[in-house]
Amino acid sequence: MLKKEDRMFPNLYGTESPGLAAAKARGSWVDTKTLLEKGRDGIIAEMKASGLRGRGGAGFPTGMKWSFMPKEIGDKPHFLVINADESEPGTCKDRDILRHEPHKLLEGALLAAFAMGAHTAYIYIRGEFYHEAQAVNKAIDEARDAGLIGKNACGSGWDFDIYVHRGAGAYICGEETALLNSLEGKKGQPRNKPPFPAMAGLYACPTTVNNVETIASAPDILRRGGAWFAGLGRDEKNTGTKLFCLSGHVNTPCNVEEEMGIPLKELIEKHAGGVRGGWDNLKAIIPGGSSTPLLPKDICGAVRMDYDSLREVQSGLGTAAVIVMDQSTDIIYAIARLSYFYMHESCGQCTPCREGTGWIWRIMQRMVKGNATVSEIDMLLDVTKQIEGHTICAHGDASAWPIQGLIRHFRDEMEDRIRTYRKTAPRIAA
Amino acid sequence: MPKLTINGTEIEVAPGTSILQAAESLGYEIPRFCYHDRLSVPGNCRMCLVEVEGAPKPVASCAMAAGEGMIVHTDTDRVRRARQNVMEFLLINHPLDCPICDQGGECDLQDQAVAYGYDRSRYRESKRAVPNKNIGPLIKTIMTRCIQCTRCVRFGEEIAGVTELGLLHRGEDVEIGTFVEKAVSTELSGNMIDICPVGALTSAPYAYKARPWELRKTQSIDISDAAGSNIRIDSRGNEVLRILPRLHEGINEEWISDKARFCYDGVSRGRLDTPWLRDEPGAKLRPVSWEEALTFVAGRLRKIRAKDMAALAGDLADLESVVALKDLMTQLGTPHLDCRMDGARFDPSSRANYLFNTTIAGLERADCILLVGTNPRWESTMINARIRKAWRQKKGALPVGLIGEEADLTYPVEHIGETAAALKEIIGGKHPFAKKMKAAQNPVLIVGSAVFAREDHGAIAHLLGELARKYDIIRDGWNGMNMLHGAAGRTGALDVGFVPQAPDARGMAEIIEGTRSGAVKALYLLGTDEFNARADIGWQCFVVYQGHHGDHAAMRADVILPGAAWTEQDGTYVNVEGRPQFARQAVSPPGEAKENWKIIRALAERLNIRLPYDTSAHISARIAADWPHLAKWDVLPDHTEIGAWDLKGEKGDLSGGVLASPVRNYYMTNPLCRASEIMARCHAAFPKGRDADSGSEDKTEQEAAE
Repeated sequence: MLKKEDRMFPNLYGTESPGLAAAKARGSWVDTKTLLEKGRDGIIAEMKASGLRGRGGAGFPTGMKWSFMPKEIGDKPHFLVINADESEPGTCKDRDILRHEPHKLLEGALLAAFAMGAHTAYIYIRGEFYHEAQAVNKAIDEARDAGLIGKNACGSGWDFDIYVHRGAGAYICGEETALLNSLEGKKGQPRNKPPFPAMAGLYACPTTVNNVETIASAPDILRRGGAWFAGLGRDEKNTGTKLFCLSGHVNTPCNVEEEMGIPLKELIEKHAGGVRGGWDNLKAIIPGGSSTPLLPKDICGAVRMDYDSLREVQSGLGTAAVIVMDQSTDIIYAIARLSYFYMHESCGQCTPCREGTGWIWRIMQRMVKGNATVSEIDMLLDVTKQIEGHTICAHGDASAWPIQGLIRHFRDEMEDRIRTYRKTAPRIAA
Repeated sequence: MPKLTINGTEIEVAPGTSILQAAESLGYEIPRFCYHDRLSVPGNCRMCLVEVEGAPKPVASCAMAAGEGMIVHTDTDRVRRARQNVMEFLLINHPLDCPICDQGGECDLQDQAVAYGYDRSRYRESKRAVPNKNIGPLIKTIMTRCIQCTRCVRFGEEIAGVTELGLLHRGEDVEIGTFVEKAVSTELSGNMIDICPVGALTSAPYAYKARPWELRKTQSIDISDAAGSNIRIDSRGNEVLRILPRLHEGINEEWISDKARFCYDGVSRGRLDTPWLRDEPGAKLRPVSWEEALTFVAGRLRKIRAKDMAALAGDLADLESVVALKDLMTQLGTPHLDCRMDGARFDPSSRANYLFNTTIAGLERADCILLVGTNPRWESTMINARIRKAWRQKKGALPVGLIGEEADLTYPVEHIGETAAALKEIIGGKHPFAKKMKAAQNPVLIVGSAVFAREDHGAIAHLLGELARKYDIIRDGWNGMNMLHGAAGRTGALDVGFVPQAPDARGMAEIIEGTRSGAVKALYLLGTDEFNARADIGWQCFVVYQGHHGDHAAMRADVILPGAAWTEQDGTYVNVEGRPQFARQAVSPPGEAKENWKIIRALAERLNIRLPYDTSAHISARIAADWPHLAKWDVLPDHTEIGAWDLKGEKGDLSGGVLASPVRNYYMTNPLCRASEIMARCHAAFPKGRDADSGSEDKTEQEAAE
């Protein structure tokens, strides 16, 4: 279990003020100038040493991502864009950072922007996060008044400013290139990659898009050292601490900062008061937000919560949003509801996702009732494979994985449902 | 120069070439829907997926640039399956109504479904339906068939310069539309029909007319403006059913204007299909036989002295008939000829004076363009599209100045002034645009021919000459001085010298004036419908009208000799660049109408003049003998041979007044358009396409109504 002093977000629950004075008391902004004096390469080296992987879901090593930005600032300015469009069902970790630890984010933004040669950062906040946007704006005003950002930020000689942009409620705008399009005022549709944002991002300028938690982790990593961060966690590839969002059929749903690689069962029992009705009442867990395949109870008991452990059991850490479902859950309906979400949020740009997500949802509706044939389960699986990997962005994959997880682990239940329906459903007399 | 391997064959391509283009150059077909050579690459249909070794997922070959050392496979099981999958997805919400779809037989979706798809569908759910949109009189929409490739959207934004269509909503609910229902207001809209890979956007006038395999396809040349766009005339039996563009990189690329595409129904409406004769002024026209008509004309002409005769060649006249008419008039001995229906009076002695010397493709090299008294969008749509292309290629760094009427040309235009006085400002060098001209390497000046119909054309020509010298518009390897005509037959007629034959001979305006004063006693009109003949020609003048439509001039004529329209005869047209092109006969002339040069040949016979040609081959030889350059089809003039740009002007006072474009109503510029029902519908849909209130066309219509 994570020691109290190793926590990076002591005010995660908003027990203290999110204001500048309180943040300073918690250690933010106190020696930012010293941190900046490490220089661009120093900061990136420290980030690389920490082993921090992107907290938005894909888990790409952050230090490496930062190092992709052009070394010299050419005729185009560099941009840092912070993705606060947290919309993955089950996920609510960034929200608490925005509300209660905004200065962590702002300080991280300054450090990250400096490391990649950006004078400007944009925070793209989910449209529904009205109060959170206000909280961040308030923090920005405080920091600007205190000279922490703005011209000559923290006395470092680096000019840096942050702007908040609120989204308009589209899940797909959390995809980094769709986010950039939306930020530019275009329709929020993902772009083809390459070119990657580090080459041509916002307004075709070099851009790095990072998740809120990733950026907010930067100050502590730099302050305490990459080695400290790398010392936490399961192994050298799954390091540090992570915010977990525990929801669903648990006794005390919560957000909690824990060490990477904590066993899933321990996480739930210690922080969420256990599964409703006891561990034996557990049916399945979605370990990393709605797009990761669910895990049945027998796997949940043994699996550890980190990128690679979950990958081994054909799921993923994603955003680390743990959705717990007990025996009372109609698991087919639960996944069908997710497929409705992915259909509704598909941007409609590329064929497999636009057409496939609707098809999946329609089959799933029948699967919920059992009004299908057993062979259609194979067809459904086939359709998800047709979408997966054939689309412009990862939305197609995200819509396919929950179904694949369902079929992988609960095929029996689906077949039972079909057989029961065939026996009991009213038939037209021959 | 990245080198990559595609299906085992190594190829080196230019940097930035996509995998799809590289594969294409090796002859590997890659199916696609959203990708189009001339549009931006959205990579959204996912049909062109290929396998690249080392890439975890199949790669959209249209959007991925070829990289050094890539190993690409375009025909593996995985690729085939990916294509089948995408095809299946595209078809699940497609209505599969091919039997009643006008695209059937020439549909990308149909062809690729056969070539790359499954032979059955596994989709058992309800299909999506999308309401149809009303986007104007030319495009019929059946939006349920749409596969959201967004080619039409990109065409509008990129080529046509109108951001009216868009992809609305999201997910399964996406649809192409204008959001607020409106017509797509671009004169290039018909091209959206061509680029639509499915039957979502089809031609409204052609709806349910024919299947593509029933059509006879004839290569021809557009005559709705002087650019000479290459077209294909599709006909069945003796009816022209539609017109499509033909690829010509030098002129129209693969687009054509709506007028070129849709004016064809004018060919079969309001036609003159038998000779008509008026026994005396004021009498009624009566239909007669060719024999009677020709004998009557010959009889009347014999009684008139040659110097009291005159002949005019109209805007749509083909080169052959103009040559025949000139030969006839020369043999009769009249010097009073003109082909410049707009009344322009420039000096045609040097070919460079009236050609579009930069050439249309050459516009892409231009780095500063000054338009004088012209609206290329309405006068020559393809030239305007080319200027827009050049502007886009230079990412907006192409200054375009306009002296004349303010106009929306689909790219930003700096409006310098309305009158010719603005030319002086540019020459003076004070105006900000003058600095851009000065800085330009390849400056271009495009002057509308109508400018030379003004009183002060001499003074303007003088100023243009000064401008050309000051800004080095003409130098070695670059000729930026261009005259823009609107008439398809004009350049050819000028080339063969269908202009006043002596310094004191009458030009267009003097001929018309002469009919009223009695100095011109007989007037031969070859398809001239560009002026108001009934009002302008004096009552005692004997008027012979040879043409195809009962338009302005036919009403006034004493004898009407029905000729073939351009679809009904072989004919040469020389475009603004001086490029002769051959329009082939697609259908036969209606009724008694005949090929135009043959009518003149027959009339000459009755005047005891034997024109030395009996067949098309003979008249082609006749043209080649005197004007060898006009016999070389699709060859641009050699600028060392055509003479220098040398418009002789004289210093003089400018008379002021706006340098207006002669096109007042884009959809009603020639007798074919005026007879066309489709053009009338366009006119009704876009009444403000041009300021219809002051149009000369409308004036004539009003008078006709009275």
